[in-house]
Amino acid sequence: MRCGDFRTTYGADMAIFETSFARGCVGAFLLLLAIVPVFATTYWLDVVNRIAIAVIGAVGLNILTGFTGQISLGNAAFLAVGAYSTAAFSSRWNLPCLLVIPMSGLIAALIGMAFGIPSLRLKGLYLAMATLAAHFIVEFTAVHWEAVTGGVNGMSVPAARLFSLAFESDRSLFYLILPVAVLLVFFAKNLFRTKVGKAFIAIRDQDISAEVMGVNVFKHKLMSFAVSSFYVGVAGSLLAYQARIISPENFPLTVGIDYLGMIIIGGMGSILGSILGAIFITLLPELLRLLSGAAGGVFPGLVQLFASIKMGVFGLAIVLFLIFEPDGLAARWRTIKNYWKLYPFSY
Amino acid sequence: MEFFLQLVINGVVIGSIYALVALGFVIIYKASSILNFAQGELLVLGAYICLAITSSGHVPLPAAFVLTLLFAATLGVALERVILRPLIGEPVISVIMVTLGLSSILRAIVQGVWGTDTKPFPAVFPSDPVMVGPVPISRGYLWSVGCVAVLLLVFTSFFRHARAGIAMRATAFSQQVALSMGISVRRIFALSWSIAAVVSAIGGILLGSIRGGVDGSLAFIGLKVVPVAILGGLDSVQGAIVGGVVIGVLENLSGGYLDPILGGGVKEIAPFVALVLILMVKPYGLFGKVHIERV
Repeated sequence: MRCGDFRTTYGADMAIFETSFARGCVGAFLLLLAIVPVFATTYWLDVVNRIAIAVIGAVGLNILTGFTGQISLGNAAFLAVGAYSTAAFSSRWNLPCLLVIPMSGLIAALIGMAFGIPSLRLKGLYLAMATLAAHFIVEFTAVHWEAVTGGVNGMSVPAARLFSLAFESDRSLFYLILPVAVLLVFFAKNLFRTKVGKAFIAIRDQDISAEVMGVNVFKHKLMSFAVSSFYVGVAGSLLAYQARIISPENFPLTVGIDYLGMIIIGGMGSILGSILGAIFITLLPELLRLLSGAAGGVFPGLVQLFASIKMGVFGLAIVLFLIFEPDGLAARWRTIKNYWKLYPFSY
Repeated sequence: MEFFLQLVINGVVIGSIYALVALGFVIIYKASSILNFAQGELLVLGAYICLAITSSGHVPLPAAFVLTLLFAATLGVALERVILRPLIGEPVISVIMVTLGLSSILRAIVQGVWGTDTKPFPAVFPSDPVMVGPVPISRGYLWSVGCVAVLLLVFTSFFRHARAGIAMRATAFSQQVALSMGISVRRIFALSWSIAAVVSAIGGILLGSIRGGVDGSLAFIGLKVVPVAILGGLDSVQGAIVGGVVIGVLENLSGGYLDPILGGGVKEIAPFVALVLILMVKPYGLFGKVHIERV
């Protein structure tokens, strides 16, 4: 039985998986995920796809907000940039999706860096406001730059295409979205074992001491904005492929707030937390829908109230988590794991 | 010229309401360094409560007004006690998120109780306009500017002369010093939230009566207030007033002259473009305390 951390090499300290059992668990989980489409219904496949997209976006936002400490309220805008780039690339030039997805991410990264420039001077509250403004400016552009974005009517997106394959159904899209999500999650996990990732964390913890220790704060803040917006842009791109029609209405401010909710509820500065939070926030409305559908027979008025119940429960979840579990689901998971590690001799 | 004057006057009217709501925003920030993103929802809630009291019972409007303000004051204290107080000392992102969560809850309550349709608001002011020079101005506009001016005067003198007002300024300056001088910082936080809720409710009622109806879209003002507060300086009461009027005029002028060129919607975006520019040039605003920190 393990009752402490006995690491003797730096390699062991940096390892992603502490034990080969953990590695096996993750492998088994991925295998299990890969066969989900065999038995899941279309509805649940759609939900799983949305969860995977949300995981990408939440990991991206967590890199910026949770790991680098830069608050962004403009996540919906970067999502929109990714989605619109995908729509433009794939409908105009008919490019294959393996090219379109990274290109959309790169465009989002460029825009993200542009809005990251104020972070040289601004921190905390002020940066939150700058990104809020960024959101409204991008939204305005999406509505009024009709030549490119199609204005309020939006754009239709052709199905993702790779050579002769077309990802049209939820089932086939799953096999496009899941590998991208897994790849990006592992990239993020590895990012924080590198010099750059550690510089991000140093900036979050104390920007002045980071500067003193030789971290180029501005450069790394911009890099963090770029990486984060790349992730969110990729999420937007996949969203466009999934929704097949996008308009400014798909990207209201509340979407960005949902993403913030994911990393708050999941746990700031934790990759696992981003995943748990994305699952939680995406499943919440689905569970509420099931519940209100079940209770609809008893209280017929409930269905009309659904939108407001959803909003209220979301707000309540955030408030309750912030008050009672500020470190999120990831911390809760750690507590549970530690409890069982020494069971029944935990004290 | 007449068009220009009309735009400026409309701008001043709407700007005065921005100033009022921004005042609540600034007071909360000053006392407790919290950005309250739920300010707009407090405004909508105030307007709906007033509407509900007047339309359901046989309560005359002035009484309904007073009741609404009492309700708002209580709500403000309750929100501070239940939601904000546990988060004192938490990181900025948590505090921002909790007000965003709060705004989500309040919006859900408003939508659940009153629905999403626009509800007609009783006409408070006579509708015949007054001529000021060549420009007709509706009486509602004049009244609301008057109300706001009086309120802002009251608050300015409150911060100058009243015991509680001075205690609030002391708390804003340094919580530790305030505590050691025998000021109850908790009570000051509660007071600041109830003032913010009250001024927002007044703003909501004024806006409702000017527009003749209330709906959830009024809450957008809660976000417009961010550029206002930044322009004036986040911790400055005079700044909120000046910023409110400037942003109100700016959005009306840019809307009036740029809408035909850019195809509408400029009014909504102009304050935020201004926000980015202000943040780049002068992040502490016109009257804000410059807090020097270089990274």
